Parts: sequence; structure tokens; C-alpha cells
Amino acid sequence: MKKTSLIATISSQGVLIALALLILFGWLRYENFLGLFNISTVLRYNSMFALVALGMCFVIMAGGIDLSVGSTAALGSVVSALVSDQGMLVGSLVGIAAGLCVGILNGFVIVKLRILPFIATLATMLAANGTALLLAHDQTVSVSYDGTFVNLGQGDIFNIPIPAIIAVAAYVIGSIVLNFTSTGRSVLAIGGNEDASRMMGLPVDRVKFMVYVLSGGLSGLAGVILASQFGAGQPIEGVGWELFAIASVVVGGTLLTGGVGSVGATLAGVLLLGLIFNVLNFENGLGWISLSAYWQSVIRGLFLLFVVILQSRLAIRKNPA
Amino acid sequence: MSDVAPPHASTSIQFDVMKFVTRYSTLLALLALVLFNVIFTNHFVSIQTLNVNLTQVATIVIVGVGMTLVIATGGIDLSVGSLMAISGAIAPLIFLGTAVHIGEIHVAVAVGMIVAVLAAGAFGWFNGWLITRFHIQPIIATLVLFIAGRGIAQVSTNGNLQPFKLGEFQWIGLGRWFGVPVQVVIMIALVALAAWILKRSLFGRQILAIGGNERAARLAGVPVAKVKRWVYCISGLCSGIAGLVVIAINSSSDANLVGLGMELDAIAAVAVGGTLLSGGRATVTGTLIGALIIQLVRYTLLANGVPDDVAKLVKAALIIIAVWLQRHGKA
Repeated sequence: MKKTSLIATISSQGVLIALALLILFGWLRYENFLGLFNISTVLRYNSMFALVALGMCFVIMAGGIDLSVGSTAALGSVVSALVSDQGMLVGSLVGIAAGLCVGILNGFVIVKLRILPFIATLATMLAANGTALLLAHDQTVSVSYDGTFVNLGQGDIFNIPIPAIIAVAAYVIGSIVLNFTSTGRSVLAIGGNEDASRMMGLPVDRVKFMVYVLSGGLSGLAGVILASQFGAGQPIEGVGWELFAIASVVVGGTLLTGGVGSVGATLAGVLLLGLIFNVLNFENGLGWISLSAYWQSVIRGLFLLFVVILQSRLAIRKNPA
Repeated sequence: MSDVAPPHASTSIQFDVMKFVTRYSTLLALLALVLFNVIFTNHFVSIQTLNVNLTQVATIVIVGVGMTLVIATGGIDLSVGSLMAISGAIAPLIFLGTAVHIGEIHVAVAVGMIVAVLAAGAFGWFNGWLITRFHIQPIIATLVLFIAGRGIAQVSTNGNLQPFKLGEFQWIGLGRWFGVPVQVVIMIALVALAAWILKRSLFGRQILAIGGNERAARLAGVPVAKVKRWVYCISGLCSGIAGLVVIAINSSSDANLVGLGMELDAIAAVAVGGTLLSGGRATVTGTLIGALIIQLVRYTLLANGVPDDVAKLVKAALIIIAVWLQRHGKA
């Protein structure tokens, strides 16, 4: 246990160092990299992924996986767009509620029917996608601009984008829950060794159920932000979000086997993967090279490769099997 | 953990109905679906319907064959869709003369197809190498190429659509042998080959041994790393072939779209087909039947006027029910 947590510490520090280096690189090389506009754009856009990755982080720490987050976010964006004329609060609540429904379904199938999380959430991913398309009649749903709904995604408070404030708040709460509540410690215990946790009398089923519900709710919230930020509920958005979220969590040093993880490092992972795209744009802007946007997935993939190999080397060195 | 019925079962006087139903549940479900359609769907009994359904299911099954072997070892391969895109991007680059110029068109097509499939196989081997060399979980190791693979395909074509109209190549998706679509022939051949490998060959027994209990297999002298690398390589090769079929049908190669979401379709087919997702028990014919069931349910719903979105909900329910029944049947 001590060895694995040491690895997690090293790799979570690693992600912070990499993030700092990337920011330093951007700051030295590009004129407006740390300008208010760029920071605000990056934060506004990546806050959706941050919320999804937070839920994913809890699920993975508990030893599971949630593939349905992307289409749940799409579903959230559609339902919140449909009620967007009722204002920000109703829109948000309805979107989150839709996400919670998917999460409850996930929890039920995984905990009660005892079906592998991978296959259960694969099915709900399809189901959420189908429901979103049905409700949206296979089209994007425009958001009402009359009410307050679009402020949620497009507005600022003290020049800070509202989605970023929501995401940071979610991470602060998530971090407190993980580190200072018995539920949070149970998540790690269950991910570390489910059978042992059960024998110790931890409410294994309840906690597992809760992490999927949390992940669903956060995905729904990400969908609400998606709809209000881009002015439309988008039933086919969210493809590949689940894998982006998993990559962020892994880059952040959370072990996919569960039991070890850090909420803050996940946020750093999201920012790091998001900034790669941003730096690429700036680099193209300089005109020295011209790398198409397609390079970002190659670079992200290589980066993920680098991190997982590094993690495994550390694991082998610390724990020669 | 192997999928062999106890020898006394056939001689036993008591015929266990429940056991029979769970063992052949996927086949029975398929037969029930066919029967339903024969009665209720107009124009169902025709060669054309058969060909339409088989053609649509062929690429999923071709990928599903490799996926079944991977899952049999207790792994998973998320990169199949991206490898399809790579194969689909490379072949036209060669036979259209964009990357290299080969004068004789038949040679160009042959080289293009072989290089494309081998490249996908090489990437598959890379997956296996990552998994065995660094002890990285399959889901993460193949996630690398899931993300980077499509990027490689997009970068190599600069994201452009590669349209073509080339009979010398497109036979693989549009041609027929004795009235049977070529990709269906390929599908059946691959299923038969893989089924034989799993049941009869040493390699197949080694795959199942690893999936059943990797530690025990290693202690028993199974070359675990080698077998796994080959299995992921085979999955890559299958994806490469499927990629060629898809671009042949489309008369164009779009790196953004080829094989998108294929990993999930293939995994769904494997799961519905009765292969244990934790490894150790696998059936390739089951994967074929699983893919046919998913396809036929969708066809049935569409043919009877149910929108495609609802068909997705039904497919989701189908996956859950199938996996639950298999769990329940075993317990």
C-alpha cells in the first residue's frame, strides 16, 4: 500500500511539474499566452471536461469505470436546452437530474445485477445517446437567449468564467469529501480491496452506487454548461469524452486498478491535456511550423504513452514482481 | 474454466432444460428473432434481406473475431476503430499514388492492401508489447492508440477525404463470389479459422489458459507474453481488413469516420455472444451470433417503423439482459 501511494505521489507531482513546464514554455514563447483572454477561454472550455473527469476519478478510485459520461453530458445538454426558457436554475437542475438518472441506472445495474462496470456503462452510453437523440428529434436544440440560461456558460464573475468557478468549487468539495469524510476513505478502501472492505463492514454497495450517481450528476452538469456555452443542446456531442476523462485521470497518477488517487492531480491532468491543444494553436500562430489540429490527438496519445510507461517503470522498480 | 461440456451430460438420462436454454440461449434468441421476422416483417424471406444484414454485420464480426481472442486472454482492445482508420488511410495513399507511385494498378492495389493490413497488425503488436513489456492494463495501453491512432490516420491524409472509384480494389466491399458478398466470405472464413484455433490448436488452449488464470498458465510453462502479443497483433490484422472493407463500401476513405465507435460494437457482439469478459471462456461463433442478434434486432425495429434512436435503447437493454442471463445461468 505504501509503495503504490509513493508511486502515485511521484506521478501526481510529475503531472504538476509537467503542467508548470508547459505553462512556462507557453509564457516565454508566446506573447498572449498568459493573457486574460486566453486563460479565460481555456478555463471556460476545459471546465466541462474537468467536471466529467472528477466523476470519473471517483469511479476509477473505487475500482470501476464509467463509459457513459460523454453521452450523459450530451443528454444533459439536450434536456437543459429544452427547458432553457425557464432560466438558469431550472435548466441546470433538469440537466443534472437527467445525469443523475443515468448514474442511478449505472449504479443499479452494476451493484444489484452485478454486471461488469465496463459493459454496464457501455450499455447506458447507448441508452443515453438514444434518449438524447429522441428528445432532440435528431437535431441540435437551440437554447433560449431570453432568460438567464446562457449566462451560466458564457458569463463571468470578476472576469473569471462561471464554468471555471463551478469546476473549481466541485474539485474543492471533491477533495474534501475524498480526504476528510468516511465516505471518501471508503471509496479508496473499496478500490484497493473490495472483499476486505466488505469484511470490514464498509457499505461497499452503497458507496459504489454513490460514485456512479456522482459521475452521472457531474456529467449532466457538464452537459448543462455545454448547452449554455455554445447556445445549443447537442445530442451527438460527447463522443470520446469518456476516454479523454480516463486519460486525464491516468495522467494525474490515479491508478486504474483503484485504491489510489488524487482529485487535484486529475484537474492538473485535464489542464495539461487541454493546454497541449492550446500550445499547438499558438505554435501555429507563430508561423514557424504548421501542424494541423490532428496532431493534438497524436501528441496526447504520445503523452499518455509516456506517462503510463513512466508509472509502470516506477511500479516495477518499487515492487519487483 | 474452459468451455467444454462435461462428458456425462450427453449420456445423462435427465435432460436439464435450464442448462440447455442457458447454453444455447444466444442461438435460441437468434432463431426466435428470425421466426418473428418471417411471420411479421414483409419481404423478410429474400436473398436481398439476407445479404443486406450480413453485409452490415460483416465488419463488426471481422473485428469481433480479433476482439474475442483478446477478451479470451482477459484483455480488451479499444484501439480497433483507430486501427481501421489507419488501414483505411494507408491503402488509398498507396494505390492512388499519393505516397508512392506504382505503375501497374493491380500491383499497387495489392501492395496497398497488404501494407495497410500489416501496418494495423504492427500497431496491434505494439499494443501487445506495451501490455506485456510494461505490465500496463490493456484498457489503458490500447487507449493510447485509440487516441493517437486516429490522429496518425488524420495526419497522414491531412484530414482530407480520399475518394476513389476503383474496381480492382473495391471488390473487397462490393464484389460477390457465387452471389455471396466478398466481405461475408471473409467473415465466415475468419470465424471458422478462429473457432478452429480456439478449440483445436495449442495456441487456442494457451489463450484460454491465460484468460482463466494467468499465473497458473505461466507456471505451467505457457509463454504468456508471446501469446498475448500475437493475440493483439491478430486483433490489429482483423481491424486492418475491416478498415479496407469499410472504405471499399464507401468508395472513399475518411480518417475522421472510418471505424468510429467500432470498439463498442465489437465488444457488445462479443458480450452478447457469450464470451466471458473476464477471460478464460470464449466462443467465436457466439460472437458471430451476437453480432447477428444485435443487427437483426435493429433491422426488425427499423423494418417495423421504430426509429433508430429507440433501437439504440433496445440494443442497450439487450446487452444488459444477455450478460445478466449468462451470469445468472452460470451461478
